[in-house]
Amino acid sequence: MKRFWPWFWRAVIGVPIIVFAIWALADNARLFVLTLLNSLTLASLYFIVASGFTLVFGLMRNVNLAHGSLYLLGGYVGYWVATSTGYWVLALAAGFAAAALAGLVMQVAIFRFMQGEDLRQTMVTIGLSIVIADLLLWGFGAQVHQMSAPDLLAGPFRELPLIRAYSKYRSMLIPIGAVIGVALWLFLNRTRVGMMIRAGVDDRAMLAASGVNVNLVFAITFAIGAGLAGFGGVIGAVELSIVPGEDSRLLMASLIVVIVGGMGSIVGAAVGAIILGLAETYGLAYAPTYSVVFTFVILVLVLAFRPRGILGDAR
Amino acid sequence: MSAASWRAAMNSGARAQAAASLPRTVPPRPPVAAATLDTNADAPRWLRWLWARVGARHVFVLLFVLLFPWFASPFFTYQIGAQSLALGIIALSLTFLGGYGGMISLAQMSVAGVAGYMVAIFGASGTAEISLNWPWWLVLPVALLIATLVGTFIGWLSVRTEGIYTIMITLAFGTGLYYLALQNYSVFNGFQGFQQVHPPVLGTLNLRAPMPFFYLTLTVALLAYFAIKYLIRAPFGIALQGIRDNPRRMNALGFNVTAHRVAAYAFAAFIAACGGVLLVWYNGLITPGSVGTGWLINILIIAVLGGMRHPIGPFIGAIVFVVLQNFAIDLIDRERFNLVIGGVFLVIVLFSPDGLLGWWRRWQARLAAVQPAGGVSQRPSSRI
Repeated sequence: MKRFWPWFWRAVIGVPIIVFAIWALADNARLFVLTLLNSLTLASLYFIVASGFTLVFGLMRNVNLAHGSLYLLGGYVGYWVATSTGYWVLALAAGFAAAALAGLVMQVAIFRFMQGEDLRQTMVTIGLSIVIADLLLWGFGAQVHQMSAPDLLAGPFRELPLIRAYSKYRSMLIPIGAVIGVALWLFLNRTRVGMMIRAGVDDRAMLAASGVNVNLVFAITFAIGAGLAGFGGVIGAVELSIVPGEDSRLLMASLIVVIVGGMGSIVGAAVGAIILGLAETYGLAYAPTYSVVFTFVILVLVLAFRPRGILGDAR
Repeated sequence: MSAASWRAAMNSGARAQAAASLPRTVPPRPPVAAATLDTNADAPRWLRWLWARVGARHVFVLLFVLLFPWFASPFFTYQIGAQSLALGIIALSLTFLGGYGGMISLAQMSVAGVAGYMVAIFGASGTAEISLNWPWWLVLPVALLIATLVGTFIGWLSVRTEGIYTIMITLAFGTGLYYLALQNYSVFNGFQGFQQVHPPVLGTLNLRAPMPFFYLTLTVALLAYFAIKYLIRAPFGIALQGIRDNPRRMNALGFNVTAHRVAAYAFAAFIAACGGVLLVWYNGLITPGSVGTGWLINILIIAVLGGMRHPIGPFIGAIVFVVLQNFAIDLIDRERFNLVIGGVFLVIVLFSPDGLLGWWRRWQARLAAVQPAGGVSQRPSSRI
């Protein structure tokens, strides 16, 4: 009997998905595989942005609702650097650096003075997100900025079986997301700073008592988390486009990813990003006017049965 | 149990101390006040009750809002007065939830938006293919009921979380509703939304005209305000404030924490729904933009701007917000309104967590502190 319920729930969730997959493969295999690839590339963008969000949250209990604005900032700076120098890699670095710097300033100038006041920090990030979004609108205008892919990754891979062709840039996103995920995991689990960060997640006061400069650790974490948002912004500027309003979209995606996956966990962010990417892209491909409903249903189910997220701890 | 969570559990009393600035139902007046009342003991009880509770400023504010449309231009009556009141009602529901229940829900505007959409869908609008054209006395209860149910459902899901998690989850729900309204054309009419959603005409009284509409919103606002004033002194409200300060202890005392919280969400959803109906009538239209992230956050700004210590706060915040919105054009380019309001919000949150009411109270406290100090200085110095 103990074995029954887990399998029951797996069947309840899994059987409809398998039935849908078989039907879709039989009906239009090309559309199914293309949608799968699209959802995985979107998931990798979501993962990059949300992993920064979850990193900051995990350590500082600070819900940075300006995360979407940092994404937008990174995207605009990346676009500006790419158009003026022509190097995509430079744009990536500039997007990361700009957002990381903004995050560092936020941490050093504001959040350091209101530690432990979760609600107030959240309100401040809301205010900051409004101001940053409006300043960016002022500086870059309301038109759509579309960054072109680097020459190396321009154009599609041709003569693939079944799907015939697929964008080189998009297919590179999956390995980029994987590399960032593994690098973050190694950083958190195998380096000294990562060890400090994990210790800070468990017990901030004890970490300070053992002689670690907690403020420095916080600043580093915030800079990395914000920088990942900016990095995602440059990637998203090519994959999607960069336009006012994208900040709230990516913020919502990050929120859902960390709620579904569990807050403060890199693996959880990966799981959440894949689930969200699949739900959103398949929803758009197969039921365009109701695609958001799928995301909603997943969110509601997770909250109803696992309020702390799929991989969230029970603390 | 890890050391950190153990300490957090032991420290929940300290958190209550930190929450000392939160609104609290005023304890019964000291007997001194009752003694002074005895001079007019022959007056009826209700009159004495009023005398003990109604001050000059209450009468002044009430007279001001009642007479406002008679000396203000239609622009001020409608654009400033009615809009502030409608937005204030929605923010009031957030003040109730956040200030007295300790749950900051960003989905209050979504609940209001659901009510507005329902009014447009069931009632009459410019989109004849979707609108069902029901009479207004049928549309209103249905719209309020559906919005209240949606708000209760959101609450039922959100109460599983606490503090900042609640903000995140309600924000996710609100944004989700925005995208649903944006993408769905069969029910929500997509990007265009619904135009020409007007309040009903009762006989010869056109509620769309500035003065009747102002009095309509004022009536609803007063009802909502006094309902909340009553509720926070009722046993339910006291229990809710107890749950806000220390859910563990209230649970140990035998209160059903989840049920109280869900009930608070349901009540707040009803208030927000009333505000939503008024807002859609005010605007005459509803689009996905009315329930977008910007507006979800604007409601939070209004509530925080005024201060969450007292139910009058959201109305003060709404007046400041609407005045800034209308006159920011004179200060700075109209396009930069978000910069102004975001900056004001940031300043308030950074320097006065209790909002404008907090400022007012601190100013009063300083005045009160200065007076006795002045008395001390007037003492003859020869004594020392």
